[in-house]
Amino acid sequence: MSSTETPTLVIPEPQPASPPTLPLRPSLSPRGRARRGTGVTVLVALALAAGALITAFPFAWMLFSSVKPQSESIDYPPKLFADQPTLEYYVRLFTELDFDRYLVNTLIVVLIGGFGLLFMAMAGYAFAKYDFRGKSGLFFLVLATLMIPVQVTMIPTYLILNGMKLTNTLVGIALPTLISGFGIFLFRQFMSTIPTELLEAARLDGASEFRIFATIVLPISKPILAVQAVLAFIGGWNSFLWPLIIASDQNLYTLSVGLALLNQQIAVNPSLQMAAACVQVVPILIVFLIFQRYVVQGFALSGLK
Amino acid sequence: MSIAKAATKATPYVFVGPAMLLLIAFGVLPLLVALVVSFTDMDISGLANWSNIGFAGTANYERLFADPDFGQAFGNTVFFALIGVPSVVIVSLAVALLLARSNSRFFRALRAFYFIPAITGIVAIALVWGYLYNTQFGLFNWLLSLVGLPPVQWLSDPLLAKFSVAFVAIWRGTGLNIIIFLAALQGVPKEYREAAALDGAGSWRTTWSVVIPLLRFAILFVTVTTVIAWLQFFDEPFVLTDGGPLGATTSMSIFLYKEGFRLNQFGYASAGSVVLFIVIALVTALQLRSRRADVEY
Repeated sequence: MSSTETPTLVIPEPQPASPPTLPLRPSLSPRGRARRGTGVTVLVALALAAGALITAFPFAWMLFSSVKPQSESIDYPPKLFADQPTLEYYVRLFTELDFDRYLVNTLIVVLIGGFGLLFMAMAGYAFAKYDFRGKSGLFFLVLATLMIPVQVTMIPTYLILNGMKLTNTLVGIALPTLISGFGIFLFRQFMSTIPTELLEAARLDGASEFRIFATIVLPISKPILAVQAVLAFIGGWNSFLWPLIIASDQNLYTLSVGLALLNQQIAVNPSLQMAAACVQVVPILIVFLIFQRYVVQGFALSGLK
Repeated sequence: MSIAKAATKATPYVFVGPAMLLLIAFGVLPLLVALVVSFTDMDISGLANWSNIGFAGTANYERLFADPDFGQAFGNTVFFALIGVPSVVIVSLAVALLLARSNSRFFRALRAFYFIPAITGIVAIALVWGYLYNTQFGLFNWLLSLVGLPPVQWLSDPLLAKFSVAFVAIWRGTGLNIIIFLAALQGVPKEYREAAALDGAGSWRTTWSVVIPLLRFAILFVTVTTVIAWLQFFDEPFVLTDGGPLGATTSMSIFLYKEGFRLNQFGYASAGSVVLFIVIALVTALQLRSRRADVEY
């Protein structure tokens, strides 16, 4: 995975050690073609780097603005770097405002999401490796839910949670998004590739079905589990709509809802808001950067091509 | 098949049970509830006491199709989808193809930058972009002034607001699709490209005639999910403009949210939900059908 060759290389000839140059006229000799490929790759790299900087720029702006004193953040013309950087807004978030409370709530919602992950893995396994009555009908339901927009189910889901007396609870906030049809689909795709003989052998050894699932299927499914765990973490961490609808008690607000409260003060204190945005964005960036490789790998292995 | 014999009959149901129960409770059942509620006049008093709910027949639907606000929301949604879907699909495919050109450390490091917007919460995004778009001390108007252009009302000019809001959604929508395309590209056998190259095809030609056709399923998948996402367009206008100015960025989802949760017109909003679902189902079915014909040459 760590080779540096370009996909367009024609002949497996070693690349020139000198820095690649773009020939004025594309030559048809193998070496010329290889060089041209390298030259194009350098251009592509530059273009991609520029695109990456533009894409990530709003986040850089957020980060730099969060340490500006308020007077500097509403200064015109705007400046990227603060003259007198300060961390006072981060302190305020956790002392004067309730961001410590919101952070804890968000983490609880994320943890509840772990159960959803287990349930989706179990369902994906059953769809991949068992035959049972109603299987195709149930799987159709799974795929059909992909088409149902949240806004369509928003009101009835509220009515259902209200009927279950789960409004204004963290469980109620987490429940509507606990299971995604997309997640079950990806688990099934991946687990279909597990050799049936392996499971049969374990059965012959007398292992119970749940033991097989826990000790054979789950460990093999690590790549897809990683993808799903990251996606579930992101979803739970960013959850906004359901806490907004379900939680009327401020003590149950998640980070997103706490941020939205600050949103009403945009003209007053951008620094405070950018600091709050950083509190929400930076942890998830770190989680994602660590697991990024597994995410792409996991999607690739789930046969999504 | 012997698996099924060996396992007790109940086992698969125990495995699918918890997930399916939740999926039915919060995915399928709400749709049926919406359908039922859409034929009633349910409002806040009906929420407190079900005996206050009355049968309304098709009154909600008749009112919906006569409502100019719903017409505007429908038009806006089509407009957003027409701008958003091609932009997201083309940009993410192009970026993924370029990123897949090399497996060097540098290219892999670049990937992360393109994923960031996709993993960030919408409220944080709204705060940052709201700050950038700000007309008094925002960065964008200052950049315009550098090249001698007058300041622009990014979010309060009805036409421009549409593009400002759509732009943020495009910026945010590409990340996940780039991941999906990159994953699909890993499945393209290297031999195919090499064979094409041996036949004298340049890298542009190889990409166009060999790689892209092999990505057919990924492109279909991304297009279908992107169309669904834009027909459900909600987050960006909700947090950036709240559907304004003058309803210019009110999508169908925003319309439903306002009718349902601000005006408590549950029956009326449910009728709108059912219409939105039918539109999405029809568009999705059409896409799948046209592609199937495409594949079975």
